Formats: sequence, structure tokens, C-alpha cells
Amino acid sequence: MNLNYLIRRLGQAVITFWATVTLTFALYHMMPGGPVESMQNIILQQITTSGGTADLEQIEEMVTLYANIQPDDPVYIQYIDYWRQLLFEFSMGRSFSHQEPVTTLIAERIPWSMFVSVYSLVIGYTASILLGSAMAFKEKSRFDSIMSTIMVSLQSTPYYIVALLLIYSAALQLGWFPTGGRVGTGVEPGFNLEFMTSIIHHAALPILSTSILGISGAISLRGNAIRVLGEDYLRVAELRGLRPSRIATEYVGRNAILPMYTRFMIGIAGVLSSSVILEQIFSYPGMGLLMYNAISIRDYPLLMGTLIIFTSITIIGILIADLTYGYIDPRASGGGGTE
Amino acid sequence: MSDSEGETQSELEALFEPQDTVESLTRWERMKQQYDLYIRAPLKVAINDWRTVVGLGLLIMFGLAGTVGVWFTNAPSSGQAPFLLGPFENWAYPLGTDALGRPIHTQLIHATPSMFQMILGGAGIAIGLATLVGLLSGFLRDTLVDRVLMTIADVVITIPGLPLVMVLVAVFQPRNPYVVGVLLGLDAWPALARQIRSQVLSIREEHYVEASRIMGLRTWTILRRDLLGQLTPYIAINAALAARGIIFGSVGLYFIGVLPFNALNWGVMMNMAYESGALNDTAKLHWLIWPMLTIFLLSVSFVLLSQGLDSVFNVRLRARHAQTAGEGDKSASKGKHDNA
Repeated sequence: MNLNYLIRRLGQAVITFWATVTLTFALYHMMPGGPVESMQNIILQQITTSGGTADLEQIEEMVTLYANIQPDDPVYIQYIDYWRQLLFEFSMGRSFSHQEPVTTLIAERIPWSMFVSVYSLVIGYTASILLGSAMAFKEKSRFDSIMSTIMVSLQSTPYYIVALLLIYSAALQLGWFPTGGRVGTGVEPGFNLEFMTSIIHHAALPILSTSILGISGAISLRGNAIRVLGEDYLRVAELRGLRPSRIATEYVGRNAILPMYTRFMIGIAGVLSSSVILEQIFSYPGMGLLMYNAISIRDYPLLMGTLIIFTSITIIGILIADLTYGYIDPRASGGGGTE
Repeated sequence: MSDSEGETQSELEALFEPQDTVESLTRWERMKQQYDLYIRAPLKVAINDWRTVVGLGLLIMFGLAGTVGVWFTNAPSSGQAPFLLGPFENWAYPLGTDALGRPIHTQLIHATPSMFQMILGGAGIAIGLATLVGLLSGFLRDTLVDRVLMTIADVVITIPGLPLVMVLVAVFQPRNPYVVGVLLGLDAWPALARQIRSQVLSIREEHYVEASRIMGLRTWTILRRDLLGQLTPYIAINAALAARGIIFGSVGLYFIGVLPFNALNWGVMMNMAYESGALNDTAKLHWLIWPMLTIFLLSVSFVLLSQGLDSVFNVRLRARHAQTAGEGDKSASKGKHDNA
């Protein structure tokens, strides 16, 4: 791992973060009528439902409080201030609907979404590696062609349709799983068995439907493995009389799976994306559902906050993938810049 | 390549002779050759592959539904038919009706044009941007432009697509299907742009490009000639996959009710069925199942098409199916050098 590569990758991550935050700031200003006018109605609504009254000055104050934007300042000062509050006060404004700081709201939800995302990534990719290698070893057999057909249909089925089918069959018809929520009612939280099983029980269907996103990797693994199977060094290994199990794991497996590794980490972006739709279907209170609820009542600060956090998680995932890839695949250490 | 030196000499001389003395094909023969190479052979490969046939067939069916079908059926309206008729019960409404008395089949048909508009907008912007960025940064390798463009591509890859689209939708409230498509297609371009860029870079390294450069051709001329052939497969396959992405994204957003319900959409149908408890009620289940099946079929057609196109663009496979390929290849390659 050379230092130059490390710096470039870190720089990339910083630029992405900067771009996302700048985008959210710009979006406040690109709202029809600007931040004050577009949020005025929502704040007025909030105030009237709670039985109070407000004038324009008060509303501007509230915009400051909620969106971390001082509408009277020149734009560049607003921008610097927006950053200052984000970096030094960890503040992303205040949610209209929850009346709580956005950071607190999101921090409470992150573990649940990450729990579902990580497990569905792991399950999806494990399944695709197993299936892909089985298909490659039995290339052109009936198993291969049947599996390829199944793969096409899986690739053509959106994850939310999978989710609906799973709710219908496994939850409603068979009653094996709950249809929503993240933990059973009346279960005491903590490190007890009942709580743990309840969590897994509730997360099973969301995890299963998201893992469909990773399964299309089986096709690319099949392609990789078939390509490796035709390489000369494999023939040499056979001629050397190495055990088939060793050839399968160390020669074919390693070379076919390695290209999947970066895909795995980038897959986080896809899984997090899917959570905004899936968590609504399963009424699973993670970040996706938070964002969904934010959008239905135009809770802009919360909306922007979730976007920033979604991106940050992906940035960290990709950074980990980039920085560890060199250790796993010696060929790629420090390189990869020209691809 | 020939063995004797004399022949090599004459071949080299022929290479530099003016075009009209070498060109022995008549216009008709040339046209026939072109037809054989670019239309007949690909079609034959396509027909031999069941995936292309099924994919294209389904797509044409959807295309007809979205054009002719819309003309021949009335737009669905509430209360025009009995409520919640099951499928295949009344042949005036073969797929049944929903809880508002609208026939399912006309709803599906009338939602097709806007779906295709979204696909056009989304796949168009994704392919267009990808080609532009990929070519530019491939040509200007290791310059500031290249670095800036690739950084932008990496940034866009990293930002999770659907949450970004949701924020944009919340702020701008798009109603035009093309605009919805464009928003959804915005995160599909960077991967293809990177593929195109690395194609440009690898073609630059080829021996024949080196040769053409020595002969004094401009890089742009060489790349233009060689690129088009090599990039078409990537572009076609990625267009099909981008189309699938647009379908998934738009239907998903309509389904959870984030996009404004101004148009008929399969996702809107799913949303209304789901919200009215179709999963718990057998009488309403078909209302949810038909749009799901429709989405599946349209996606299948694009996925099959992308896989089938892969074999159409396989040059070796195509050469086997072209009648005039043998001579065609030779004179074509000669023609290339003659123009030089």
C-alpha cells in the first residue's frame, strides 16, 4: 500500500462528502421561492396545529433553527456557517415533524438499517458465490441452464415485489414471520435471548428481500470462474498433481471471487437505496422509513440529513473496500487508478 | 500475410494506389455486402438466440400496447364497470376490475406510454452522458479534464441513487414523465462512462492504432473509426439495463407514493391495491398481481434483450452467419487503408 494511493483515496472520499453537503445546501436555495418561502407554509402549519401564531420574523428565526440557514446573510456566509455547524457542532438542523435535532433522530435509526443492510449483503453475496461457482463447474449442464433462467427472472423482479410476495406467503399465509416492525411488542430490550430472537424474527423478511440485490452477482461470478477455468496455470496445477480441493479453493475460487470484493462494498449504496422503499413496506423503523416519513410531510432538514448520512455510510464502505483490497489481492496493491 | 518478398512488395504498392483502381466492387455489390454484414448476419444471430427473440417479442408487444392499444381502448374511468370483478369472469374485462370499477387491462395499457417516456428520458440521459464523459476523458487521458470528470463520476456512484432522487423529487415535484426518467437515469451513467473510457484507453494501445498513427492519421480519426464498432455493444447492453433500472426506480417510487400521482402508472395501481389491503383480501389480490406481472414481463424483456445482444455483437459468431463475410472483411479492411 503506497502513501500516494492512500491519499488519493482519502481525497476522493472528502470530495464526495463535500459534494453531497454542498448539494443539500444548494437544494435549500433551489427550492421554489427559496428556503424561507418554501418552509414558511410547513412551519405555519406546525404552529397553527399547536395552537400558536407567528409573524415573518419569527418564521425566519425558525428557518435558522431548523435548516441551519440564516436567510438574511449573504450566500457564502450561509454556506460557511452551514459547514461550521455540521463539522463542529454535528448539527444538521432540526426536524419539523419530530421536534428533535436531526442528528439524534438519525443516530437512533442507523444501527437498525445497518443491521439489515450488512446481513442482506452477506447473505446475498454468499448465495451468489455458491450458486455462481456451482454453475461454472457444471457449465452447459441442465443445472446451469435452469439456474440461468432462474437468475434472469430474479434479475427482472424488483426487490419490493419480492418483499410483497414474501409478506403474502411467509407472513400472511403461513404466519411464520411478522408483517412489520422491528421487535415484538412487550419484549424487554437488552441482551436477553427473547429480545435477540425477536429482532432476527422481524428482520428476516427485509433481509431476505434485499439480498435479492446481490444475487445477480452469481452471473458475473460464473463468468469469472469459467474464464479462470480456461487459464494455463490451472492446467499446470493439475499436471503438478495438486488435490482438486486445493485447486478449487486456492486457484479458481480466489481468482474468481476477488473481483467481487469491491462490488460487495459498492453494493452498500444499492442496499441503502432500497431501504427507503423496503422499510416502508415492512414498516421497519430504520433510516429509510425516517426518510420516507420526512418526504411525505416535506421535512426538509430531516430529508437532507438522511441523504448526507446515507452517502457518508457508502463513502466509508467504499473506502474500506479500497484500502483493504490491496491486502486481499496483492496484484492490485496501490494500483487501480487507470481502470 | 504472404511469405515471398515480391508479393509483400506488390501488396504494399497496392496499398498506396489511388482508390478507384483498387475498388472493384460496384455500388450494388457494396450495398449487398453492407446489408449482409450489418443487417442479415446480426438478424440471423439474433433469431438463433431464444433470448433475443423472446425479449424483442415482449418489447414489441409492449410497444403495440403503448401505441395502438391506447388508440383502441378507452381511458379507464371510475365506475365504468362492476367493482372488483375477478379476472376471466367477464370477457369485456378480461383481467378484472379494481375497487373503483376501472378495468385492469385498460389501466395497464394506458400506463404504458408514460413508462416508455420515462425509459426514453432516463436511458437517453444515462447513455448520452456516459458516452460524452467516457469519450472525453478517454481522449484527454491524465489531463485535468479527465481527472475532474472521473472524480464527478465517482462522486455520483457513491451517492445512493434512490435517496438522492427522493430529495430531488421532494424539492422539484416533477410531473412530466421525461423529467422523472431523467432524474432516475442520473445515477446510471458513471459506470458506463468508466467502461467507455477504458475501451478508449485500450484501443489506443492496439498495434493497428499505432500503425495508423505512424501513417499520419489523427488520433481522433482512428478512434472514431474503431470506437464505434467496439462501443456499440456496451452502449446497447447498458441501455437495456438502464431501462430496467428506470422501471424499478419509477414503479418503486410511485408504489410508495413519493412521486405525484398525476399519471397512470403500474406503481400507482400497486399502491392503491396495496393500500386498500389487497394482500389480506382475495377479492382484491388480482388488482395487485397484474401490475406486478406486467413490470416483471417488461423487465424480463430488457434483461433478455441485453443478454441476447451480447451474442449479436459477438463478432466471431456474426462472421459465421454472414454470407459475404470472407470477401467483405478483406475489402473492408483494404478500403480502410485506402481512405488513409
